[in-house]
Amino acid sequence: MSAVVRLVVNGHPVEVPAGASVAAAVAHVTLRFRRSVGDAPRAPLCGMGVCFECRVQVDGVAHVRACMTPAGEGMRVVTDA
Amino acid sequence: MREHYDVLVVGAGPAGLAAAQAAASHGARVGLLDAQPRAGGQVWRHDVRLPAPRAARQAIAALQGVEVLVRHSVVTVESSALRLETPHGSGLLSFGSLVLATGARELLLPFPGWTLPGVTGAGGLQALVKQGWPVAGKRVVIAGSGPLLLAAADTLRKHGAQVLGIHEQASAAAVRSFAWQLRQWPARAWQAAGLRLRLAGVPYRFGSFVREAVGDDAVRGVEIDTPCGVQHVECDLLAAGYGLVPNTELASLLGCVLDEADTHPHVQVDALLRTSVANIYAAGESCGIGGRVAARIEGAMAGLMAIGDTVAASAWMPQRDRERRFGALLARHFALDPRLRTLADDQTPVCRCEDVRLGALAGFDDARAAKLATRCGMGACQGRICGTVLAELGRFPRGGARPPVFPARLATLAGLATLPSDAYRGSRP
Repeated sequence: MSAVVRLVVNGHPVEVPAGASVAAAVAHVTLRFRRSVGDAPRAPLCGMGVCFECRVQVDGVAHVRACMTPAGEGMRVVTDA
Repeated sequence: MREHYDVLVVGAGPAGLAAAQAAASHGARVGLLDAQPRAGGQVWRHDVRLPAPRAARQAIAALQGVEVLVRHSVVTVESSALRLETPHGSGLLSFGSLVLATGARELLLPFPGWTLPGVTGAGGLQALVKQGWPVAGKRVVIAGSGPLLLAAADTLRKHGAQVLGIHEQASAAAVRSFAWQLRQWPARAWQAAGLRLRLAGVPYRFGSFVREAVGDDAVRGVEIDTPCGVQHVECDLLAAGYGLVPNTELASLLGCVLDEADTHPHVQVDALLRTSVANIYAAGESCGIGGRVAARIEGAMAGLMAIGDTVAASAWMPQRDRERRFGALLARHFALDPRLRTLADDQTPVCRCEDVRLGALAGFDDARAAKLATRCGMGACQGRICGTVLAELGRFPRGGARPPVFPARLATLAGLATLPSDAYRGSRP
C-alpha cells in the first residue's frame, strides 16, 4: 500500500496519508461539509459517526459519513455547501 | 449472507476486544463487529501518523481465531440475530450469546455558535486528527470537562496544533481533590503526571468554560467565562466536550432493561454482567462510564460469561469493583457547573439535523410531543445529539430507541424478515 492516497474533493486534487478519512481530505479543501435545512454551513462535530454533520457525496453516493469512510485512491468527493 | 456465531461481540474497543479474545480462547466461533474501519474503538483509534500505544497493539494482536468484521453497522435485531449493513451489502448474523460493548459518545452541549464549522467535540477533534484532519499550525482552544481534554490536547500538539489553552469547567479545588484521590490508582497517577509534563506550557484553566463561539462561516474566536471575568480569544478551531454518555440504543432495541436513575441511561447488568435478556451481556462504558481499565476487565468477564465460564468470570469481580470506583470518582469531581445548562438561548439550534432552535421547544415536556410538533430529533442522528442535550438541560428524557439503529439503505431494509415498523409496533404495549 502506498503511503499516500490521492482523491478529488469538489474538483480539487488532494493527497492524504494512507488510512486517513474522507473527512480529513475534505478539510484540506473546505470546512463547509454540508448545508443544514436552514441553509447554514456545517462541518464534523463528533468525529465518530454519531452526529451526521459530516455527510458528503462519495463516488455519487449521497449521505456518506466522511468521518467513518477511509479515503480511497481516485475517490470523487462532493460537498453540499 | 447468513452466518452463525457462538458469540457475537458488538464494538471493537477495549471491552469488545477483551470479550472476543476471552470467548475465542476456549474455542468458540467468535465474531467481533465494529462500524468503524479499524478495531480499537475511540480510545485506541488508529493514528495515521503516530504509533499505537503498546496496550492497543497487544490487544489487537491477541485476537487469535476471532473474525473481525469492520465497517459492519448493526441496523436492527431479529430473533437471536443482528441485521447488518456493510458499505456494499447487508447480512444477518445469528448468535448463541451476544456481548454488547457499544462504548460511549461525547456529551456535546449547545451554546451560541456551537453549529459553526470548526467547533467540534474534544474527543471529536482528537478522533478527526488521528485520521489525518489537518491541524498543523492551527490555533485551537480546548474546553469542557474531564481528563479527555488533556489527552486531546496531547494528540493535537503531536500533530502540530498550537493549543492556546485547556479550559476545564470544574473548579481548581475539585481537580486538585481528584488528583489527590488518584494516588489510589498509581498507574493512572503516573500517566496523568506524564501527560501534564508533556503539556507543560499549555495553560490549563479551571472554573472556565466557553460561553459563545463567534464567526461567520466558521469559528473565528470564543468568549470564555473565567473566574476573573469574560475573556475573548481568537482561534481557528474550538474543541469542546463535557464528558461521556453511554451508547444504549442497541441494548434498548434488544429489550435489555436500562438503568435510568441518572440523566443519561446505561445498560443495567448484574455483578456478572448479565443484562435482563438471557444470553446477552454488556461490558464497558455502555454499563456506565468507568474508563478503559474497567472496560478491559468487564470485556474479559463478559466474554467468559458468553461461553458459560462463570467461575473464571467471577475471579475478575474484585478488580472490576475497584475500577468502577474510579468511574464514580470521575463523575463526582467533574460534575457539570449548572451554568453550562443555561448558555443556549432561544435562537440557538438544539436539533442540528432539523435546525430546531431551543425557543421552539418551550412548553414541551416529552420528546415525542416535541418531535411531532417541531421535528426535533427526527433527523439522521436520531436524537443522539439533541435528545442527549435536552436530557442534560433538564427538559425531558430522550425518546426510546427504535429501528433502524442507524439510518440504513432501502436495500438493507428490503432484506429484513420483519419490517422495522412492524417490530416497533410489536414492541409497544
